[in-house]
Amino acid sequence: MTRIRVIGVGNPYRRDDGAGPAVIAGLRHRCPPTVKLAECDGEPTRLIDLWDGADLAVVVDAVRSGAPPGTIHRRSLRHPSFGRAGCAASHAVDLGDAVALAAALDRLPTRMLLYLVEADNTSTGVGLTPAVEVAVAELVDEIAEEVTWRATRR
Amino acid sequence: MSHRNDRALTVGSLSRVEGEGALHVRVVDGRVTDVRLQIYEPPRFFEGFLRGRGYTEPPDITARICGICPVAYQMSACLAIEDACGVRVDGPIADLRRLLYCGEWISSHALHIYLLHAPDFLGYPSVVELARDHRSIVERGLAIKKVGNAILEAVGGRAIHPVNVRVGGFYRVPTRTEITALAAPLQEALEAATATVDWVAGFPFPDFEHSHELLALVEPGRYAVLDGVIRTDRGIGFPVRAFEEHIREEQMPHSTALHARLAGRGRYLTGPLARYALSGPWLLPEARAAADAVGLEPVCRNPFRSIVVRAVELVQAIAEAIRLVDAYRPFAPAAVPVLARPGVGYGATEAPRGTLFHRYEIDKNGCITAARIVPPTSQNQAAIEDDLRRFVQDRLELDDHRLTHECEQAIRNHDPCISCATHFLELSVERS
Repeated sequence: MTRIRVIGVGNPYRRDDGAGPAVIAGLRHRCPPTVKLAECDGEPTRLIDLWDGADLAVVVDAVRSGAPPGTIHRRSLRHPSFGRAGCAASHAVDLGDAVALAAALDRLPTRMLLYLVEADNTSTGVGLTPAVEVAVAELVDEIAEEVTWRATRR
Repeated sequence: MSHRNDRALTVGSLSRVEGEGALHVRVVDGRVTDVRLQIYEPPRFFEGFLRGRGYTEPPDITARICGICPVAYQMSACLAIEDACGVRVDGPIADLRRLLYCGEWISSHALHIYLLHAPDFLGYPSVVELARDHRSIVERGLAIKKVGNAILEAVGGRAIHPVNVRVGGFYRVPTRTEITALAAPLQEALEAATATVDWVAGFPFPDFEHSHELLALVEPGRYAVLDGVIRTDRGIGFPVRAFEEHIREEQMPHSTALHARLAGRGRYLTGPLARYALSGPWLLPEARAAADAVGLEPVCRNPFRSIVVRAVELVQAIAEAIRLVDAYRPFAPAAVPVLARPGVGYGATEAPRGTLFHRYEIDKNGCITAARIVPPTSQNQAAIEDDLRRFVQDRLELDDHRLTHECEQAIRNHDPCISCATHFLELSVERS
């Protein structure tokens, strides 16, 4: 059986930084029960524990790269262009560090898909800005389809 | 360039949940004239969020202030609300709270020692490079941290922002099986933590001493975490409810965070160095033995050696968790009733990085009308600036890159939340 984890990284109390957890909320009841959904604040050891041993880890996080708000960046683990500088991780060390640490410890999932949503507003407060809300809805559909297909294929 | 007599180091800022930090150091004629650590304290916003909310809500709302020490916020909030309502919680509920708190100390201290602080001493830019060269050591740290997380999950319901804590106790009492499952991993963690003390004690430490007054909760008979009175190493003592009479917060022009000072006395330091100095006699035998084995003196005044003290506290938290797990029996009810009444309540506990104070005012309907949170970060701000001022003065011969790195290390001595931010800070130099 394919072990699949979907991890939403971010803090819902920092508006658009909550894009990851919002995607997880949208995916509930949209995925096969074998697909494990998790929210994470991005602390690297928790991230590593969440994806360790998975065949596929789908990670959703907010990002600030200068692209228009709501832009979705899609990366696989093999894309070295994903760097730490643009991450809007709202905690401790960021996703790039977690990936690098997991690589050093040989604890990466077999495959990782990263979905990074361009944030507009990461100030204190709850609620997503309209462009990010649209991106989150799009990602929920896309990831639900992706993981359902992978979890159920023979 | 770096040997100029006039220079300014400016470390830029980054937005973070736990705080936004920036460091500015000015040197004129070879003397450090100004050190400003600028931290924005998010709890101020939370104090606003809390007004108008129900008296049972602070444990869940304030847990969101920090992803590393949510239990500290939950516990200080519970104690303060219960104090306002005239309830004191003890017995098995208090023991289970203490076990939960041990989980947070284990997780937070292991994170700080292995992932944030140790790379500084060993010449690595981050834990990633450390892991490439010393994989088994980093794995040991992660294994210890995982045991802390396991406690948080078993007692708190989940590792981040536990959901099982409520005013008066817990929503659900863990089964005996859930708690005894922690025993074997804790025994392994005890061995790993003892080895950690030995490992970090061998690091090279700068010759540096602070002169801060040390402040912590003290509960004679045991290493204070969730109870006790506030004391300093210079003889000041007062109950938690008198915190605001003795601790004054001052507005500093350079920072939106308030600087806390002991009234009529000045800066002070809270956290592991203070706790160890004030509660050291009540360390459990395992922790005492670990401290003695590396020759840790009764009062450690070198902030760089806080990593050793933190490792001793790691042993302490694990040894205490082992005892609490052994003694655990499920109990009922999971929480004692706490009925709202108008009043003011105070609570303080020892968060991994220092004393965390909460005050709530509640009206007759159980609605919060005022809230005050004084986190250890703002209490330590003046002490950290003083460390930096004296530390930089003796190292002006270093180039800006090296000096900035050492300043960041000096900040990391005290506070993992700021440490997180400093990982991202970029240096710019302006010459006057």
